[in-house]
Amino acid sequence: MDLKLGHYNKDGIEVVDVEGEIDVYTAPRLRELLIDLVNKNNYQLVVNMEKVEFLDSTGLGVLVGGLKRVRAHDGSLDLVCTQERILKIFRITGLTKVFGIHTTVDEAIAAKKSEK
Amino acid sequence: MATVEVTFTPLPAHVRTARLVATAVARRSGVDEALLDEVRLAVGEACSRAVEAHRRHCPAEPVRIEMTDQDERFVVVVSDHAPSATATPAGTNGHGPGDSGAPGAASVVQGADDAGIPAGFGLAVISGLADDVRVSSTSSGVSVRMSWPSAAPTA
Repeated sequence: MDLKLGHYNKDGIEVVDVEGEIDVYTAPRLRELLIDLVNKNNYQLVVNMEKVEFLDSTGLGVLVGGLKRVRAHDGSLDLVCTQERILKIFRITGLTKVFGIHTTVDEAIAAKKSEK
Repeated sequence: MATVEVTFTPLPAHVRTARLVATAVARRSGVDEALLDEVRLAVGEACSRAVEAHRRHCPAEPVRIEMTDQDERFVVVVSDHAPSATATPAGTNGHGPGDSGAPGAASVVQGADDAGIPAGFGLAVISGLADDVRVSSTSSGVSVRMSWPSAAPTA
């Protein structure tokens, strides 16, 4: 399986679990999920990328698109990622300055709650 | 090592195959294990770019990748047949990792439309991954040439 997606709500925040490779072929599915979540009024999102094995600029575009959508509703989209090979593309593109990136889902949720 | 060539129908599903082949050939060429992730990502970006260009302009034409060992460098050339006006290289020729010349992150977010990151960003990512990147545009298409150091051939 190239990409596996799941989501659940924890403490009022929608957590999206992503597993596999996010590229030009699989990224549209993640995009559709993020759009669907926003359309259902979920504006506080955490995308867990700890099981992502590959991420390219198409995937970055989907995440940026998701960020823009939630921000239009004063929401936020944070990431959970500790894998250096995935963080590398965020560093190359400067997007580490745009996304909140956390080491665990619980840390991301706690950070969001402390912002409120 | 002999050149390895791969051609594939410009479908997104085949970009992963191209990444896997390029990584395998790079490993066999002696590219350092620590660089293989960069090879995989850069080749994927170049192929994704070519696939999208072909889907817009010439969906019946295949995308081509050539992989060569050349003077202790592993060289990959991804070629497409889309009109050169589609190429918007950003950051080429000798940019090292971390210095991709990519547009500022804030402007990326601001400029992103519903499709996500603006065109040309993939080439900017490539230039941050390979220490030698050259983009050649002609009226018949675009070639993206990337290389990484490989092991010296054994006697």
